[in-house]
Amino acid sequence: MNEIVRKLEQEQLRKDYPAFRVGDTVRVEVKVVEGEKERTQTFTGTVIRINRAHNRTRFTVRKVSYGVGVERVFPLHSPYIQRIEVVSRGKVRRARLYYLRKLSGKAARIQTTV
Amino acid sequence: MLSGLIGKKLGMTEVVDDNGRVLAATVIQLGPCTVSQLKTKATDGYEAVQVTFGRKKPSRVNKPLRGHFAKAGVAPGIVTREFAKVGEGELKPGDVITVADVFKPGDLVDVQGLSKGRGFAGVMKRHGFAGFPASRGTHEYFRHGGSIGNRSFPGRVFKGLKMPGHMGNQRVTISNLRVLRVLAEDNALLVHGSAPGPNGGIVIVKRSAKRAAAG
Repeated sequence: MNEIVRKLEQEQLRKDYPAFRVGDTVRVEVKVVEGEKERTQTFTGTVIRINRAHNRTRFTVRKVSYGVGVERVFPLHSPYIQRIEVVSRGKVRRARLYYLRKLSGKAARIQTTV
Repeated sequence: MLSGLIGKKLGMTEVVDDNGRVLAATVIQLGPCTVSQLKTKATDGYEAVQVTFGRKKPSRVNKPLRGHFAKAGVAPGIVTREFAKVGEGELKPGDVITVADVFKPGDLVDVQGLSKGRGFAGVMKRHGFAGFPASRGTHEYFRHGGSIGNRSFPGRVFKGLKMPGHMGNQRVTISNLRVLRVLAEDNALLVHGSAPGPNGGIVIVKRSAKRAAAG
């Protein structure tokens, strides 16, 4: 990759997050701009996938809201993510937890370590 | 200043804009370009500024060009182009023009380059034809274009019909790309969207021909 492109991408990287892995439950605080006003939206759920690609890294958080599964993909290095908090650590044996989509209730739990 | 500059496409990346949207962006190394000649109404019949970009080994430059650059007192570049002069300020041969002189964030630009060559391409790749079903009895006719005409009337194939042929390696202009950032110290420009050609390919970035810069 070209030096200038690399530098540009390097500048965007954020190192102020706690380390989290697939299976962890996280609380993500995102800044939302609505016209003039700005507010913070939180999304709490299980990380089911981390797509690592330098400054383009994305992670998917899944939660079940009023019985409906909701997944949201966040760009990890976006300046619009205000905070990521690890609620609990999960013990999983897979890198992508797509199997959770088919499970519900008790079966959809992940063994926690912390 | 000038209406454009010569540069090199470096690659693509992503940036986040002020609304939190993720934008695809192309990084273009633009300039610095050296003025090698001034075309004037009196001598050439039109006004323009000729600039040259990059460095070429003196042994690779032919004699007529060597003479041309020697006259201006400028080292020969790999690409030499003319641009219209815009705004105030005098330019003379030997002047160095950088990105920051020509573009600022928010400007709309046209990016011109030589597209990647695809060789002899079929109609599906070249013209976006749909091809034929993969199943249901299609026999040795998957990526064909189908019929190219009728029968004895008109008895010929119309001109301009979309057919297989050479694709790419053509001059392509992408218009109205927005300048996201000007990286003055790196002599680079970040534009929203893609630019023609491979990474490392020569591109020409001009002020948008169709629309003025939006605020």
